[in-house]
Amino acid sequence: MQNKVLYSVTGIFQTPDSIKHAAKSIADAGYKRYDINTPYPVHGIPKAMGMTISKLGYFTLVFGLSGIALALGFTWIITNIIYPLVQGGKPFFALPPFIPITFEVTVLLSSCGTVIIMLLLYFKFPNNSHPLHDTNYMKKVSSDKYGAYIMADDPNFDQSKVRSLLESLGAIDIEDIYYDEETVSLRPKVFEPKFLGFLLVAILITAGATYFTLNKLLFMPPFDWMSFQSRVNAQSLSTFFPDKHGMRMPPSGTIARGFMPFPYEGDPDKAGKMLVNPMTNTQENIEQGRKQYDIFCSPCHDWHGTGNSRLRGQFPNPPSLHSQKVRNWSDGMIYYIITMGQNTMPSYAYQVSREDRWAIILYVRTLQRAMNAKPEDIK
Amino acid sequence: MSIDYSLEPSIIEGKPGLASIDSTIAAPMETRPNKNFYMALSVTLTMLGIGAVCLGYSFYYGMGLWGNNNPVGWGFDIVNFVFWIGIGHAGTLISAILFLFRQKWRTGISRFAEGMTIFAVMTAGIFPLIHVGRPWLDGYLMPYPNQHGLWVNFTSPLVWDVFAVSTYFIVSAIFWYIGLIPDLATLRDRTVDKIRKTIYSIFSLGWRHSNRHWHHYEMSYIILAGFATPLVLSVHTIVSFDFAVSILPGWHSTIFPPYFVAGAVFSGFAMVQNALIFVRKIFNYEHIITLDTLEKMNKIMIATGSMVGYAYAMEFFIAWYSGSPLETFVFVNRAFGDYAWAYWIMVSCNVIFPQLFWFKKIRRSIPLMFVVGVFVNIGMWFERFVIVVTSLSRDFLPSSWAYYKPTLYDIGILIGSFGLFFSLLLIFTRTLPVVSIAEVKAVSDGAQPTHHAGGSHAE
Repeated sequence: MQNKVLYSVTGIFQTPDSIKHAAKSIADAGYKRYDINTPYPVHGIPKAMGMTISKLGYFTLVFGLSGIALALGFTWIITNIIYPLVQGGKPFFALPPFIPITFEVTVLLSSCGTVIIMLLLYFKFPNNSHPLHDTNYMKKVSSDKYGAYIMADDPNFDQSKVRSLLESLGAIDIEDIYYDEETVSLRPKVFEPKFLGFLLVAILITAGATYFTLNKLLFMPPFDWMSFQSRVNAQSLSTFFPDKHGMRMPPSGTIARGFMPFPYEGDPDKAGKMLVNPMTNTQENIEQGRKQYDIFCSPCHDWHGTGNSRLRGQFPNPPSLHSQKVRNWSDGMIYYIITMGQNTMPSYAYQVSREDRWAIILYVRTLQRAMNAKPEDIK
Repeated sequence: MSIDYSLEPSIIEGKPGLASIDSTIAAPMETRPNKNFYMALSVTLTMLGIGAVCLGYSFYYGMGLWGNNNPVGWGFDIVNFVFWIGIGHAGTLISAILFLFRQKWRTGISRFAEGMTIFAVMTAGIFPLIHVGRPWLDGYLMPYPNQHGLWVNFTSPLVWDVFAVSTYFIVSAIFWYIGLIPDLATLRDRTVDKIRKTIYSIFSLGWRHSNRHWHHYEMSYIILAGFATPLVLSVHTIVSFDFAVSILPGWHSTIFPPYFVAGAVFSGFAMVQNALIFVRKIFNYEHIITLDTLEKMNKIMIATGSMVGYAYAMEFFIAWYSGSPLETFVFVNRAFGDYAWAYWIMVSCNVIFPQLFWFKKIRRSIPLMFVVGVFVNIGMWFERFVIVVTSLSRDFLPSSWAYYKPTLYDIGILIGSFGLFFSLLLIFTRTLPVVSIAEVKAVSDGAQPTHHAGGSHAE
């Protein structure tokens, strides 16, 4: 018994009435460091022990309020600042659709917080090396008996007095509980290096597994199914066709949708004779031509076809469109030049549709007439 | 027979001693399971295996194996999800709401029902995860900072679901575990086996049945019950928002939240009652889970069943009263269209059969209540089927109407979900106390001091 230290004197009681009476009597006798053990909560004991209502609820309140603040703040920042997403033209943060998440986070945080505070702070759990564990006393109060004990560190503790008090209260099986100072520690176990190390390992494993899953695993087969598909990309090698070309040549005689043959290539005079502007000289068509002219022609030919372009000599200025030569050209001739290009001017066949080319010609004719107006035009 | 209603009947019959409560409840954990247990487990594990195979095929070949088609994008997957979440609701109702109402008869069944809640939510949780088609990307459901700079849409009910179901699972698990701590401590002090003792010691965290602890413990229990009560209502409300927030006729309805919650409690109670009938018989808990308790559960079933019936009627009334031709069409189509068979299975199982519980004889007859409970679960499964499938298969555009037919894989996964749920339940009955030892002791006769007021009598 040398390294054994007295922890407490325990007594077993048979009925709920007697334990309640014992609790009150021990409290009345002035003891502070005592406890009552019952296999289930017995009504009236907390009151007999002089305990006031548990303050646990205040922690819950704090956790709950932080849950509300956290959820609202989190969703507010994301929907307003980080990732504003228009939903049916509604304000980014209309309160009602954010209530469900706020409620759930509040419940989650306050429930978890309450339980953790209770277990760690109030009960100082986990603690499996308490002196009471594995004693006969514990085995009894764990099942069908009621127990009371007074601890040796109570200021009024006196082993014989306590024994006689318990005896007078009707206790049976009065027992002294000793503990070994080396093996039993009453300090909370949460701050032990072993537990902290366990927490650290758990954090590392969780973080590592998350990183691996989200950043590595999802980019490995078979989880990259959608990224790598068994289709042939443009300009890639194909093992299927004998010529190894991923892109196929169309069968001979295929023409593209909307294709129109242009049989005057290299023969501008014939084009000038044969082609007739299909568009009529209306306000709308001229407006259409103006738009296209401003986009495609004006950079070189200038807004009004003078050839004094915005390029300011960085590129050879084209001749004016108002020369007698150009004014005498037929529409078909101009169409040929837009289509095939001339001198430094490239072909615009791929950029300006056929209809737009004819519309541009209408506009050029309008410009020519406007710049070289005859006196009778004023009427 | 005259009954003296001034006396509260005993919750626990036969006045067992506290020690005998211990040994009765601990017996399944301390004895080896018999052949029947292994036979039952092999059946449920086979069902689980069928589901796992079907799921594996679905993952490998894609969701084209399922019956989901173009207008009916939500098929068995969502039906099963809503069904299993609903099953879970009875557990929380019994453990939290009835606790707040001081219904002592809940003590015998609460632990088991809470366990069912957890297993049902686990089963349910699988379905939205596999429903997304590429379940390995489910992590994106959680709002976390990622390299894509993407965030979830917090105004979507589908995201609310993620929050609601995960919160529900965590809070239910905590509630369950807090209830288990004193029982695990009791088991720790009973057992002589070293391995068991270590396990029980770890999980009982060193509980000492101290009244300084019980004091806070009871407060935490009230707080948790207070949170679990609105939580359980919110979960099925949010599940119903998945439907109600859409604009589909037949879904777009404000009656959905209360109607879904009532339906969830209804089916959950039927499932708990069915399972408890076996548990009380097999483990000799007939004096703890009494016939009176089962009768009270049947009464709750008739109440919630009538609420569900009222909701069915009210949906039709509103379809007519609103004057909306689309609504009217949807409901006439439900009752008389392609899926009339499912609709009438639902109505007869959910509204008509539970009305038999008005008769006391049926309410107290174990075989009959079992049959009605099975019917209720079939009916409630079909309720979700009717809601999900009929509305979708006849949407706004007649040219895209199509008939939904589940494939073998759908059915296999449904079987697998039952396999998972019952496997977990069977393992639970053999590894943890399915009845709360401490709570049952607290309500047994003579367990509380004779004078509740305390201190007023001569000391």
